[in-house]
Amino acid sequence: MTYTVAAGLAVAAALAIDLVGLRTRLVLGRVFWLSYAIILVFQLLANGVLAGRGVVRYDPAAILGPRVAGAPIEDLAYGFALVLTTLAVWSRLGRSRLGQSRLGHSRLGRSRLGRSRLGRSRLGRSRLGRSRLGQSRLGQSRLGQSRLGQSRPE
Amino acid sequence: MGTLTYLAVLAGCLACALWLEPVLRVGVLRQWRRLALTLGPVAAGFLAWDVAAVAAGHWWFDEEQVVGVWLPGGLPLEEVLFFLVIPLCAILGFEAVRRVLARRGAATGPSGRRGTR
Repeated sequence: MTYTVAAGLAVAAALAIDLVGLRTRLVLGRVFWLSYAIILVFQLLANGVLAGRGVVRYDPAAILGPRVAGAPIEDLAYGFALVLTTLAVWSRLGRSRLGQSRLGHSRLGRSRLGRSRLGRSRLGRSRLGRSRLGQSRLGQSRLGQSRLGQSRPE
Repeated sequence: MGTLTYLAVLAGCLACALWLEPVLRVGVLRQWRRLALTLGPVAAGFLAWDVAAVAAGHWWFDEEQVVGVWLPGGLPLEEVLFFLVIPLCAILGFEAVRRVLARRGAATGPSGRRGTR
């Protein structure tokens, strides 16, 4: 398997993690793409130095050949997979704590409990709260999303 | 730059992103447990790929441009740091974008709702 194939598989795996595995669905929103656009600039700079100066060297037989900012084009896919996987895991862990999932998307709940230091330390970080309320899918769907539905019409 | 090249690139990445923590108060470093739980598995996965790729000869590292601490699997120390630094920078950038969008109240997605404060 060449780097080209591996990089393609990594992108597919990252998308699967985001859309199916963790259901964070970052690629469907604009926060991710805005962030990625900024990160990409720095990636091209950093990777340009690493690959361009030959800190990392590539077997010509393992890559397609075209280079972007000094780095093999495959590195774009590699970086995308790394960033998406990271942000999906990060987002998933954030959602399952803080009582955000418990109080769901209600504005009141989020601003009062979700973001306050107190609420976070008391509800979010306690093991009990996390395992009982935060991570249960049931709680999330029953409490979290039903509130969302309620708060929408206002 | 000699043997510090790779390390300098990583330091440059950190310098570009770390200021977001105090200035925009993204609170990423403060959530060190969530951060560790994110970086751990991601780094493990990509390091496994890295070791496999080095073993397969897809890429290798210039001995002249790393500090010279080599780890099992043929990876320089900097390569392990890479998988901690880059994801950290990505998270800082992501949270900064979210914070800015929320403050402006411009977003309409789920993240935008956070900006009501």
